[in-house]
Amino acid sequence: MAKIVVVTSGKGGVGKTTTTAALGAALARSGQNVAVVDFDVGLRNLDLIMGVERRVVFDLINVIQGEATLTQALIRDKRCETLSILPASQTRDKDALTADGVARVMQELQERFDWILCDSPAGIERGAQLAMHHADHAVIVTNPEVSSVRDSDRIIGMLDSQTARAKQGETVEKHLLVTRYDPSRAARGEMLSVEDVVGILSLPLLGVVPESEDVLKASNVGAPVTLASPESAPAAAYFEAVERLKGKDIPVNIPTEKRGLFDRIFKKRGS
Amino acid sequence: MSFLDSFFNKKRPATSSNVARDRLQILLAHERQAQAGGDSTLLRTLHAEILEVLARHVSVDEDNVRVKLDRGQKCSKLEIDIQVPQSGLRAQVSTVTPNDEL
Repeated sequence: MAKIVVVTSGKGGVGKTTTTAALGAALARSGQNVAVVDFDVGLRNLDLIMGVERRVVFDLINVIQGEATLTQALIRDKRCETLSILPASQTRDKDALTADGVARVMQELQERFDWILCDSPAGIERGAQLAMHHADHAVIVTNPEVSSVRDSDRIIGMLDSQTARAKQGETVEKHLLVTRYDPSRAARGEMLSVEDVVGILSLPLLGVVPESEDVLKASNVGAPVTLASPESAPAAAYFEAVERLKGKDIPVNIPTEKRGLFDRIFKKRGS
Repeated sequence: MSFLDSFFNKKRPATSSNVARDRLQILLAHERQAQAGGDSTLLRTLHAEILEVLARHVSVDEDNVRVKLDRGQKCSKLEIDIQVPQSGLRAQVSTVTPNDEL
């Protein structure tokens, strides 16, 4: 049975779509059959980040409304043949996303894939609720910043009360992914540290993705960072995260400050 | 201990990240409680029915009944705080059990 993973955060702009693309590609690279599904109806972007924006013919809403089959709507990635994307609709109203329709699509996807990654829209409205509803796992993407941590806490509350699993008395397995982390600012006390965020949200850590130029470069060219620059620090964090998602117990690599001897001698640690 | 701490400079420095953490901890403690109390239909029903039972025996002011629910991971705590005015209790009890010494 396929595992359904929701990538969620509450707050916008923290890296949900980047993370969905990067984790999806990393999972697919390891030989798994993966579908990434964009739930952001009206503001789709997963297609653009994955570089398939010009190949979109049908979308999730078309499938839900019976205007296209799942096979017609799924776009297979050209770089990685076990990776497919189901885009969201750009023109339709988000009310077109129905609970029954989503349930049907999820069931059909589960028959064909090993992993289904749902890219949640920002917010706590219907779109976000439907994206998380069927999830077995949740990746909570959080920036080390007060508003992001607060919104993540809210989303955690929703995962514990409003998902299908929660309603059956089970739990969604939650994982924390800290993104846009700047170890030197954290060391100077200018940014919440990973320990702070983990302590406040009390979730197991899936990974720490450092702030990096490589992420923007990858989105510029329309490739998940794990495919565009697999040797980069953010890609390494995503590859590790995937191993943990698969159940491997490996220690989390927390990026540390890279400072030369000169800096260490002459730069005082400010506050 | 605080003297020793300050002597050894063990106190957390007032960095902006420490301020952020402290603010979040206080805020989220409040919001998690509000979230748990967000089960408002259950709480409203409990509140109304408790009042109804009480009204049969004592006269209490609606504002003096507080029902609070704290949701925890393993167990939840239901707190019911009722303020009964002295007069209300005596008057009502005496009519219900007139021959009793209570």
